[in-house]
Amino acid sequence: MMERLNIDRKFVPVLATIGVFITLYFYGWLQYKGMRTPQAFLNLFVNNAFLLITSIGMTFVILSKGIDLSVGAMIALTSVVSASLLEHVGLSPFIVLPLMLLMGILFGATMGAIIHFFKVQPFIVTLAGMFIARGMCFFVSLDAIPIHDPFYRTLALYRLPIPFIDKAFLSIGAIIALLVLIVGMYVAHFTRYGRSVYAVGGSEQSALLMGLPVGLIKISVYAISGFCSSLAGIVFSISLLSGHGLYATSVELDAIASVVIGGTLLTGGQGYVFGTLFGVLVTGLIQMLIQFNGNLSSWWTRIAVGALTLIFIAVQSLFATKWKRQAVARSSRTMQTGKPDMSMGDNLSAGSA
Amino acid sequence: MSQSKISWQRIRDSQLFWPLLALALIMLFNLFFTPGFYNIEIKDGHLSGFLVDIFNRGSILMLLAIGMTMVIATGGVDLSVGAVVAISAAVATVLINPALAEKLISSEELVKDVTSTPLWICILAALVAATACGLWNGLLVSRAKIEPMVATLVLMVAGRGIAQLITHGQIITVYYSRYFFIGNGYLLGIPFSFFIVAFVYLAVWLLARRTAFGMFVESVGINARSSYLSGINEKNIKLIVYTLSGFCAGVAGLIYSSNVKSADANNAGLNLELDAILAVVIGGTLMTGGRFSLLASVIGALVIQATTTTMYALGVPAMAASAIKGLVVLIVVLLYSDQTKLVLGKLFEREGARS
Repeated sequence: MMERLNIDRKFVPVLATIGVFITLYFYGWLQYKGMRTPQAFLNLFVNNAFLLITSIGMTFVILSKGIDLSVGAMIALTSVVSASLLEHVGLSPFIVLPLMLLMGILFGATMGAIIHFFKVQPFIVTLAGMFIARGMCFFVSLDAIPIHDPFYRTLALYRLPIPFIDKAFLSIGAIIALLVLIVGMYVAHFTRYGRSVYAVGGSEQSALLMGLPVGLIKISVYAISGFCSSLAGIVFSISLLSGHGLYATSVELDAIASVVIGGTLLTGGQGYVFGTLFGVLVTGLIQMLIQFNGNLSSWWTRIAVGALTLIFIAVQSLFATKWKRQAVARSSRTMQTGKPDMSMGDNLSAGSA
Repeated sequence: MSQSKISWQRIRDSQLFWPLLALALIMLFNLFFTPGFYNIEIKDGHLSGFLVDIFNRGSILMLLAIGMTMVIATGGVDLSVGAVVAISAAVATVLINPALAEKLISSEELVKDVTSTPLWICILAALVAATACGLWNGLLVSRAKIEPMVATLVLMVAGRGIAQLITHGQIITVYYSRYFFIGNGYLLGIPFSFFIVAFVYLAVWLLARRTAFGMFVESVGINARSSYLSGINEKNIKLIVYTLSGFCAGVAGLIYSSNVKSADANNAGLNLELDAILAVVIGGTLMTGGRFSLLASVIGALVIQATTTTMYALGVPAMAASAIKGLVVLIVVLLYSDQTKLVLGKLFEREGARS
């Protein structure tokens, strides 16, 4: 019986998010005619493609008990640099695209290396990274650079029709986002690497003692996040066909909020990439509902997302404390730790799944 | 203390040494590369010049750094200060001219030099609102046991929305000249904001260093659980520091809105939380909590403001300046980590396990 309860517990936050999403969507479906078309649902993916990609990268970082505040700035930097290379330098998009992804990976890996080797808090390093990336944008160009490249234009206008459904389509960004989601889920839940990330997030000390390459894992999650945010930057610049340093401000907050709403614990080692999808969908849905309503101003989005994040965090921390107490009680004879957040009990239960 | 006892080692170990060194380096840089940086002249009966400007503009950051130091000393962080600055600015300016937020009115009526609420009530209301925000953060951290970064992130996200709600999404412009005195006025030729900072600093310093409160804060930052076991009410200590940080942000919001004569819910205090944290980090207070120095943080705030002003003086675009700022911060942080490794090697291992 204990075993079954354990399984239930791990899925509770994700199920709650899915529940919230369905309830909200159902409400919208009843309330607004515009939301009853299949395209309204698909638009959630089309409009939030870059956020989904970024959030998946962020999920890996948060699972390893880190945080990456540089993602929004990285999106802007990618958009500016790619626009500048395409328009001012005249490089082919087939060189620019891999170059941008490489830039993201290197940027992320550098931050990860500093975090690991100098033992500086991720929060500070990625904060500095955010400043640097944002500032670099304006060294490249102070104004927005429009992209006229024909390949980008083709991508921007491409619509993938959904079979059997009328007037339903996905944009190239949404397709990329869904691919990233599938790859992300596979890597996180079905590979040795994914399990190592959970283990490091659960308890770095234990992971080290188990013989896992902790340093490599920590550096690589930031590289993944860097890759994802530069990919998101590409999607972003394709959809807007321009690059500017002021794009994607405070996306890092939206990404973190989405990951948290998706049921991933900020204390690391627990959560699902799949949950992040619903976190992003809920965030997007709130925005959509407020747009459909028409009377509510856009700032209600921020308040609603903030409130929802708070509710999820509060409930999680409540449950986490309760479960931890049970887990500690179960293993109290074997474990005596002064710090509650060092107890591995429930953190590792997800890691070993 | 006699002169001979102050050895080199002692100076280097002081928390004030590194921020002062950084400040000195920037000042030295300006001596050679920024013409007219040290010119101070008397204009219209008050001082003016780059140095005065650093103090005047830096007052907001110094206030935030004071509040943030106490929060970081308990091992927490307050990400919401920027949003609280916006809320405080919004409350004060809306009370001065409530009609502006509700409807479009004729321009003559708009630019009248009057306030619809007595000034002291405006100020009080803004401070109360900001303090309430701080209290809310404190409750989330101390009572709901939510991680500080996450708890304050909520207000950081929602706070700007609340500020926009107060201003109805408008940029509220103030035409009431007495209000300008807070951020633009001069007393005895010195910017009035300087006196506000000095007053807040003194009050917090007295609270921290002339009562046991500062010791309690450090104790909670080093080990919250053992502090609790030794009879310190760590919950209330945390509650107080977050409330204090909210209050400081409220004062900063008043200075800000008075200085730019308006309140823009979107941009007031944008990225200030980052600057405030950096000021504290440059001041040598560890992000993991424990020993803190208010003066070092204030100097840290001056370092950041001096860097910003220097870059403006050199003609670096405002937004691009943030790259250099980030780079400076990264270097400082790395310097500290090495230094800490050498001096407090033992402490570092514990830090790794904790963070």
